[in-house]
Amino acid sequence: MTAVDLRVAQRPNAPLTTYRYDEYDAAFVRERVAEFREQVRRRLSGALTEEEFRPFRLMNGLYLQLHAYMLRVAIPYGTLTARQMRRLADIADKWDKGYGHFTTRQNLQYNWPKLVDTPDILEALADVEMHAIQTSGNCIRNVTADHFAGVAPDEIEDPRPTAEFLRQWSSLHPEFSFLPRKFKIAVTGAEHDRAAIMVHDIGLRIVRNAAGETGYQVVVGGGLGRSPFVGKVVGDFVPRHDLLAFLEAIMRVYNRFGRRDNKYKARIKILVHEKGIDDIRADVEAEFAAMDRSVFAHDPEEFERVAGFFAPPPYETLPRDSQMLRAAKLETPAFANFADVNVSAHKIPGYAIVTVSLKPIGGVPGDATSDQMRVLADASERFGFGELRVSHEQNIILPHVKQDDLFALWLMLDAAGLATANAGLVSDIIACPGMDYCSLATARSIPIAQAISKRFADMSRQRRIGKLGIKISGCINACGHHHVGAIGILGLEKKGQESYQITLGGDPTFSASIGEILGPGVTSEQVPDVIEHLVDFYLAEREEGEAFIDTWRRIGHARFKDALRREGEDGADI
Amino acid sequence: MALISDGSFIEDDWRRLAEEEALPKAGKVIVSLARLQHALEVLGTESTLGVIVPNTTELSALIEALPRLELVSISFPAFSDGRGFSLARLLRRAGFRGELRASGRLVADQYSHAVGCGFDKIEIPDELAERQGEEQWRAALNAYAMSYQRGYPGRGSILEARRRAARP
Repeated sequence: MTAVDLRVAQRPNAPLTTYRYDEYDAAFVRERVAEFREQVRRRLSGALTEEEFRPFRLMNGLYLQLHAYMLRVAIPYGTLTARQMRRLADIADKWDKGYGHFTTRQNLQYNWPKLVDTPDILEALADVEMHAIQTSGNCIRNVTADHFAGVAPDEIEDPRPTAEFLRQWSSLHPEFSFLPRKFKIAVTGAEHDRAAIMVHDIGLRIVRNAAGETGYQVVVGGGLGRSPFVGKVVGDFVPRHDLLAFLEAIMRVYNRFGRRDNKYKARIKILVHEKGIDDIRADVEAEFAAMDRSVFAHDPEEFERVAGFFAPPPYETLPRDSQMLRAAKLETPAFANFADVNVSAHKIPGYAIVTVSLKPIGGVPGDATSDQMRVLADASERFGFGELRVSHEQNIILPHVKQDDLFALWLMLDAAGLATANAGLVSDIIACPGMDYCSLATARSIPIAQAISKRFADMSRQRRIGKLGIKISGCINACGHHHVGAIGILGLEKKGQESYQITLGGDPTFSASIGEILGPGVTSEQVPDVIEHLVDFYLAEREEGEAFIDTWRRIGHARFKDALRREGEDGADI
Repeated sequence: MALISDGSFIEDDWRRLAEEEALPKAGKVIVSLARLQHALEVLGTESTLGVIVPNTTELSALIEALPRLELVSISFPAFSDGRGFSLARLLRRAGFRGELRASGRLVADQYSHAVGCGFDKIEIPDELAERQGEEQWRAALNAYAMSYQRGYPGRGSILEARRRAARP
């Protein structure tokens, strides 16, 4: 038997869907929990001052927020098992207020844990091969990946083995744990970028060269926050053999030369911007040439071991199109809407990818109750080999559902309030926690998302509008990715009042662009009006099948500005 | 200052020379980077020389002196400033085999990071040593049996252990 066969044989009742810890991984995570337990004890005893404790609690995902501590749990490359999802639900019930918040970086946040409980929470996570390691702090953060990894029809290679490799390489790195600032890496292996790699500190795109070898296009210096930048190519084709060495070289250049005099200028994007990509590339290449690359050289057996965990589950051979699905859609229009909007093509005939929206009309984007988490876990076991994904759009994905099962799944989701048919539509809004939770926020985000969502509550109108990404951040740190929203909304504070700045034309994919500011800020009450005017103008101007961003690119920013100004003259106070 | 080596506080047999202090004829002395060139010129072989450098020092500023140095101490202006870790790596890569010190307000929880980057001694203020005693430094050193990285000294590599297991 091959190594992969052996692992399948060891787990007869469940197919492999994600990486499983071996003894070393398990020991490492336990040691991390024990170390943190001791750090909490030493903090309470005074051996560690708050200043000294801070980076260590952050590197275990623990923030001090507006009202309480917040614990951010890593969901590496966004992949979860049903068992892990149930454990997240149990933790929410036992140590939090019965819900959790899925973030734009494939993490889950608990908003109300107590400091003294956190080691026990981390222990409970370790039981199911999870952790909160490096979900915060000035270190290499949880590595994210395409949430359609392994099932997307447009994929060259599943990015998750690479992401798992990087998770291990970056965990407690001796040299790169006290960087100038946080460092985020995203990986995609597809032709369409669903992981926003152009706006990460490092974005990796799996590519094949002319000789058919697999390698990586390495993009560096992208990022949002107060100075948004689209990343630049630092390595056009880095062979897999050299990936870790190349990343070590980038990290060393950044660790040595990244600015530390101003935390707002400390990200690698500023270094790249100030020195220029050509200088950075020269520095990285010089460091790469000087180092002993042999110790970082790709280990094909280890890569094969890791990749084996992500092998396809035992799919059935099915016809490409399901008669049952067709019949159910005719029978039940509400289901037909769900199937049209929230279901994506799967690479295997007869299967589908289902996006479960965590954006009910008027709800809190990304929040899920413990009961909903359990329903999702059950649904994944009944209909999808027990595997779930978390998307950076803050939704949950069931990646392998038989088309024949879609109707039964929909009934189950609908009963749990999880069947909102708005994936990718105007009410599928990305929003950070904002002033309601976050100590950095300058304005509220969640109520703005709720107000817009209610304004567009008519689902048939939403479907007419089509795919349109609205992203909301409650401060310039841009956790809500507003810069790359087709419509972006940034909440600021002006003279004690919330003021919302609106941008148009952002794009998080390979054709990445940063949104342009529409005009002066508006009040929270005005936001839904402005969005509605913009959407109506787009509907009037768009050509057949044209998305918002494409209309905006074709006719130009000024036309949208003018349209809004005219509306203002008609009486709306904008 | 307190000096930590292999998880124990030890006596420091090196002397850090004040800027105005004359160079002694013999003994183990640490000079600043500014005085290094002069010290190398005037001191004979009976003196053992070390240097303390800022964490922003370029390797090129030390590379010629390196064969004659028995000690390099890298100062950490803040424990959260990780530049010294990379400089240590560069010095070891350049072949420096002498004593490598991290000097500053490093906390015990960074001990294995420091060792992993090639440091063998940590020098911290006495006030910090009182709060974070030997047992905390030793515990930090032993907190993990192995590490994921290869090519960093200090602990066994998980990747290598897996390789050995795969090819018995």
